[in-house]
Amino acid sequence: MEALLAIAIGVLTAAGVYLMLRARTFPVLLGLTLLSYAVNLFLFASGRLVVASAPLTDKNFTSYPDPLPQALVLTAIVIGFGMTALLVVIALRALRDTGDDHVDGERHVRREDGPR
Amino acid sequence: MSHLPILPILMPLLVGSLLLLMSGLSDGLRRSVGIAATLALLPVAVLLLLRVADGTHLVYALGAWPPPFAIVLVVDRLAAFMLLVTAVVALAGVVYASGGDDDAGPQFHALFQFQLMGINGAFLTGDLFNLFVFFEVLLIAFYALLLHGLGPQRVGAAIHVVVLNLIGSSMFLFAVGTLYGVTGTLNLADLSRVLPTLGPDEAALARSGALLLLGVFAIKAALLPFGFWLPRAYGSATAGSAALFAVLTKVGVYAILRVYALVFGPEAGSVAGVAAPWVFPAALVTLAFGALGTLGARGLREAAGWLVVYSVGTLLVAVGLFTEAGYAAAVYYTAHSTFAGAALFLVADVVSRSRTAAGDRLDIPDVMPRMALTGSLFLLAAIAVAGLPPLSGFAGKVMVLSAALAAGEAPWTWSVLLAATLVVVVALSRAGSALFWRTSEVTVAMPAPAIPRRAYWAVGGLLACVVGLVAWGGTVTEYAMDTARQLADPSGYRWAVLAGREGLVPDDRRDLQ
Repeated sequence: MEALLAIAIGVLTAAGVYLMLRARTFPVLLGLTLLSYAVNLFLFASGRLVVASAPLTDKNFTSYPDPLPQALVLTAIVIGFGMTALLVVIALRALRDTGDDHVDGERHVRREDGPR
Repeated sequence: MSHLPILPILMPLLVGSLLLLMSGLSDGLRRSVGIAATLALLPVAVLLLLRVADGTHLVYALGAWPPPFAIVLVVDRLAAFMLLVTAVVALAGVVYASGGDDDAGPQFHALFQFQLMGINGAFLTGDLFNLFVFFEVLLIAFYALLLHGLGPQRVGAAIHVVVLNLIGSSMFLFAVGTLYGVTGTLNLADLSRVLPTLGPDEAALARSGALLLLGVFAIKAALLPFGFWLPRAYGSATAGSAALFAVLTKVGVYAILRVYALVFGPEAGSVAGVAAPWVFPAALVTLAFGALGTLGARGLREAAGWLVVYSVGTLLVAVGLFTEAGYAAAVYYTAHSTFAGAALFLVADVVSRSRTAAGDRLDIPDVMPRMALTGSLFLLAAIAVAGLPPLSGFAGKVMVLSAALAAGEAPWTWSVLLAATLVVVVALSRAGSALFWRTSEVTVAMPAPAIPRRAYWAVGGLLACVVGLVAWGGTVTEYAMDTARQLADPSGYRWAVLAGREGLVPDDRRDLQ
């Protein structure tokens, strides 16, 4: 179980970093999303993996999963979702304004200020 | 339990939400509400400052859960001081923006309040995960303010900022997960209690978590090699928000000070002083780069952005010494550099609006109305930022230099800091002469737009604060020294939060599994 989770985190992080280094905004966005998946799994694992037990607490079991990382993951998911949505909007806006989805799209900036 | 400590978070939250809901308000009313809400933070910050000035820690446990469980807010001398500095700069920023910038896009005042909520929360929180949450709150408001009055230039700069900070957020969570996995707690006071008891394997993990965190804080503070995003982003933001952004880098510096003085401080056993080998050299490089960037800037706003990098470098040189004198210098210089940096952003905007044809470009000559007034404000702001006598930048620099001398780091600090100051003085003199003296080549004078009177009041107010830092220098320095003493001895903070829980064995809570 630990090995599976560790491999999953590693693969997600590697794929995320690779995509983030691409030059177009959409792969970068996907890379950030993959990285945030990896982070969420990592946070979840920081409370230790407990298999075949009660989700929170039950007197029939002696070992429980730690509830705090679950709360942290939930918060991180919500925040990550909002940030990704914002980045999508900004990337689309940049594409519309500059006609280019390169992350350094300012080479094609038209001189006049303001939206089209 | 007094509810005073949570007010700096709740008030902007409520006002911001109300402003969002009541979209039918007229512009004038919206401005008045925004200014009034920002003004109201000032007495709260002063009250908190007076309450903690004698060295007490105000601990506010949300939901009255006993720490280290649940969320806790802690006000000590440093946090109260930062709240006051933020309130002053925010007031100047919002007053300036009310002169017309806030019309350029929707919901400026609501976003401004949310930004304040995030900044104040980051100063108040006593918990690593909440530091993350408040960072995200201030960042999302920061992105929105950056894009306020959208133009292609800003969109380009914004993508870099957002991507970089999203990576930073992921790194923050990795660090939080690592530290939680090792210690079983995220409360700063509790962390500082548990860390010295770690075994060698766990200490190695905690060290890597700590250094990841340093990377995150370096992005926020614009410490090189993570700071290249700042000048372009700040330079393209509207002036009122850019003034508030001058506080944002200080949030990163505050986090470094808080985490590495308190949690990974001298008493942290095998993880003590984990940041010390990195912060000081990186700060020196940042300082040098900031000065060179100022020299190479093509416009006054861009120069102001580089000067923020330069002042962060100076600040972190003081922090990076990790001595009491260094902390004291950092506290004093924080107030100074925030006021001076914000004032320079506002002056740069006044200049760029006055020069209708050339904007803030240094290479194109242009005339401007009210040149004497604008020029005098620029001169004062430039003297303050560069750190020349008689303004507070000079006093702050002397404190940094003498702290470095006492810590035995004088050769590097003195040479780099003094050389960088010289470069900045050259850059600012060049900018000033290009802006204010090269006017004879202009043949066609364009009608300049009227700049509202309140813009000058905002700049003047900030510069008055810089003067005040010198005039009441004794009081401020004394307060900075007291703050440094409190920072250098983290046991007071720990005791205040955990209140006698020192005896708790670190494995108590991990055993619950």
